[in-house]
Amino acid sequence: MAAMIEVKDLTKWYGRTLALDRATFAVQEGQIVGFLGPNGAGKTTALRILTGYLPATSGEARVAGRDVLMESLAVRAGIGYMPENVPLYMEMRVQEYLRFRAGLKGVPAKNRAAAVERVVERCWLKDMRRRLIGQLSKGFRQRVGLAEALVADPKVLILDEPTIGLDPAQIQETRRLIRQLGEKHTILLSSHILPEVERTCSHLVIIASGRIAATGSLEELKKGLTQGQRVILEVAPGKTGDGPAEMARALGQAAGAADVAREDAGDGWTRLRVSPAPGADPRAALYAAVAGRGWLLREMHTTAPTLEELYVQITAGDQAVPAARSTAA
Amino acid sequence: MEKILLLTRRELSAYFVSPIAYVAMALFLLLAGVFFAFPWFGAFRPGQPAQMQYVFSVMTFVLMLVVPALTMRSLAEERGSGTIETLLTAPVTDLEVVLAKFLGCWLFYLGMLAPTLLYAVALAVFGNPDFGPIVGGYVGLALLGAMYVAVGVLASSLTRAQVIAFVVAFFPLLVLWVLGPIGGSLPSPWRTILREAGTLAHYEDFNRGVIAAVHVAYFVTVTVYALFLTVKVLESRRWR
Repeated sequence: MAAMIEVKDLTKWYGRTLALDRATFAVQEGQIVGFLGPNGAGKTTALRILTGYLPATSGEARVAGRDVLMESLAVRAGIGYMPENVPLYMEMRVQEYLRFRAGLKGVPAKNRAAAVERVVERCWLKDMRRRLIGQLSKGFRQRVGLAEALVADPKVLILDEPTIGLDPAQIQETRRLIRQLGEKHTILLSSHILPEVERTCSHLVIIASGRIAATGSLEELKKGLTQGQRVILEVAPGKTGDGPAEMARALGQAAGAADVAREDAGDGWTRLRVSPAPGADPRAALYAAVAGRGWLLREMHTTAPTLEELYVQITAGDQAVPAARSTAA
Repeated sequence: MEKILLLTRRELSAYFVSPIAYVAMALFLLLAGVFFAFPWFGAFRPGQPAQMQYVFSVMTFVLMLVVPALTMRSLAEERGSGTIETLLTAPVTDLEVVLAKFLGCWLFYLGMLAPTLLYAVALAVFGNPDFGPIVGGYVGLALLGAMYVAVGVLASSLTRAQVIAFVVAFFPLLVLWVLGPIGGSLPSPWRTILREAGTLAHYEDFNRGVIAAVHVAYFVTVTVYALFLTVKVLESRRWR
């Protein structure tokens, strides 16, 4: 696998505002990567640098091995880009616009009609070919934008918030289309909604206030999260008369348990939160310890932070989640 | 080159679906027609020489209002609607974009002038005009229009508001136009300097049927310089 998009130490200042802070990530060929972050995190800035619309203040960005600044035209020829809110010429007709863009992107004149036909079919625009873009609904305009990005059959697709402003049915349709496109193209799409990228993407790059907070495949990120796992038990002393301190001490000695926190759960019950040692599963040992001492157990479950919680943590400005940090494959 | 043609064609066809372009064109043709046809303006009446000098002079002024109305959308609209991002991330250079913007509008402008050729036909039918000054006048108008369009495109590149683009284009053109008349009342060196810097002095010779290199150079220079600045404005997003 070759890296299709490589971003290294990319930094962008707008005047005195830092929009991107030494961002580093890579997108491998054939991946669908979700570029996730809250509004204003620097997603659009990064995408604009990749597409050659803006230069970076420092750092390096390469698409298909080409530097976006030094070989701007070649890079742009190999990218299909759909900017946020899909700007289009409202006074043009769908087919006319796609032909024009195909020409601009260097599709030879004799192939243009076929190229347009292909994307019109791909993006379900067949009945809209002769319509004025200005008279299309938001959903159809989005499709025209997607068709435009595809018309020169680029290796890389860069889509900025491709489903924003669509209704639920259209969102599903667009997701399906993007997944299909992922079979032939390398895709980097931005979004500020986690479930959105969870459903379409295989890999994530999470960005918050200009910094890359986490990157990796969905599984890797989820695996990283198990390190934040806790086992919760609610235990009562029964007839033994042991106090909460003794319970915490005993459970702390169970195989695989690292740390125990306790709190009163009322009516003589004690809630104990056990953090496992790295990579260990203490659940069986914990049960054995409770049963062995003759204590009563009324609840035992495991909690792990969800991706959603991780994302909220990151985007709330809490950067202290190194446990969930993982590197790209 | 192929991309310039493609972009120019899109630009030109955008004018043909733009209401502002039709309004500007109608206004221009109405005023030109009024100044050509109505006897008390002296252009087309019995006993007078069959000539278009007067209507051409009036046009140099009217066009200062009409051309900015055409050019104001050129880049400002792209900026306002965000299409500039798709345009500049396509594999085309900034220079190609600017040249196409210029050519598209200039061709529309030439198309707008074309109906006034009927005036020359009318003169030939009813009188015996000297065609030298008429041909010179049209060549002059083509060059003057190129300059007006280039200044208009430059103004349009500076803002996303079309009204501002209009005003910003109109003022430098007005200043260039009045430099000559202002200089007329000043002492010697200033009189010559302002006269030569202004638009009118350079247009007058065309109107007399003289196509002199110095006057051609004046309009071409201002045109090229304005387009050069427009490219720089587009590039400025890269270092701002």
